[in-house]
Amino acid sequence: MNAPLTVQLQAKDFKSDYKPVWCPGCGDYSVLSAITKALAMLNLRPENVAVVSGIGCSSRIPAYTTCYGFHGVHGRSLPAATGLKVARPDLTVLVASGDGDGYSIGGNHFLHACRRNVDLTYIVMDNHVYGMTKGQPSPTTEPDWCSKLAPGGTGVREFHPLVIALASGANFIARASSGDPNGCADLIAQAVRHPGFSFVEILSPCVTFRPEQRGWKDQVHPAPVAPTDDPARAARRLMTDDGFNIGVLYKGTRAPFAGAAAAAAHAVDDLEKAFQL
Amino acid sequence: MKAKPRPSPQYADFMARAYAIELEATERYAQFAEQLETHNNHEVAQLFRKLAHIESLHARRILDEMQWPTMPAMPPAYAWETPEAPETAPFDALHYLMQPYHALEIALRCEREAQKYYENIAASRAPKQVRDAAREMAADEAGHVSLIEEWMKRVPKPGPGWDEDPDPPRLND
Repeated sequence: MNAPLTVQLQAKDFKSDYKPVWCPGCGDYSVLSAITKALAMLNLRPENVAVVSGIGCSSRIPAYTTCYGFHGVHGRSLPAATGLKVARPDLTVLVASGDGDGYSIGGNHFLHACRRNVDLTYIVMDNHVYGMTKGQPSPTTEPDWCSKLAPGGTGVREFHPLVIALASGANFIARASSGDPNGCADLIAQAVRHPGFSFVEILSPCVTFRPEQRGWKDQVHPAPVAPTDDPARAARRLMTDDGFNIGVLYKGTRAPFAGAAAAAAHAVDDLEKAFQL
Repeated sequence: MKAKPRPSPQYADFMARAYAIELEATERYAQFAEQLETHNNHEVAQLFRKLAHIESLHARRILDEMQWPTMPAMPPAYAWETPEAPETAPFDALHYLMQPYHALEIALRCEREAQKYYENIAASRAPKQVRDAAREMAADEAGHVSLIEEWMKRVPKPGPGWDEDPDPPRLND
């Protein structure tokens, strides 16, 4: 009998026929390209991958892939993805979000997803603005960014997602740039491979509401130090980080949440027994 | 008829990379065409379609020359020294109000990058067969540069304010 033929899939095999409707020049095109390249590099198959999202420009990504997708409720991508991964530990689960969906509406879920350390890869496309709703300041917007919707700026200091992720227990923390799609693909692949909750923050310019962010690709630079597994050292690095260090910044050794073991311990029969009078 | 000598592994690898360059350029221009079709900029979308077609012919020529029936084993996506393959236009090069001249500027930059890439290989210590092929490809790319420069002369150069939208999507100006 012949052995079954396995074909190495290409990035294009992970792209659906739906055409993205992002603004031309948007960084999210590059992130989509990076995700599909990473999945091909990892030799995964679309039927073994789920992409879960919330609401916003970045959250359109599940529809643009051939993987299983769930375009969920605003800010609630992580609870949905956590449930999915615990119920189906065999699936590779990616979660896509933006700085509004992920850090504001979904901010609380972000903390607890880091803490639970379920084996998920959380990809946040950060453009420091609410693009889909026409340019309101988001949690990562600079306090002095002046616009008609926030004259003189918000005056409120910005959220630091990488520090929050570290303090909350994320097991892998990286920053990528949409200006380098292949570097970005490599970081996403590393994040998927790393056990536990992996967080990849991608600087992805909004060319419509923050056209000055086109300059980000000239500001980013490789992180000057190798990734550490020491949270104290990582904290010091992240707190003094200029926001443009690219690469893996923390690689922890915490064991991921044992979803499969927990599920096995709670087989339906056992649960029924507990309710017997 | 004398059988064609089997290509050396280095030459085959070089040609696989050349093929990957053309294929990635084809796909990117096709993506750009889709983006601009979505945003009703049909004139530029059509131009990107044309560029995608031209690049696909270059890719086809490599397959034919190597007598590869289908795509060869590709080098890893991130194996380039540049963020993407040398002839691939960056995603952020687009603007929804861009004009044909801008599209040609993008194509010109890409062709120049490809020319530089092949010239570097031609000047390297790669095996002679690879250097000869690289020299030939660099000359091809130089030809494309001249063609695009000629093309640009026939297309109106956008004046200042080309990106001003009388009904802008943003509220913060």
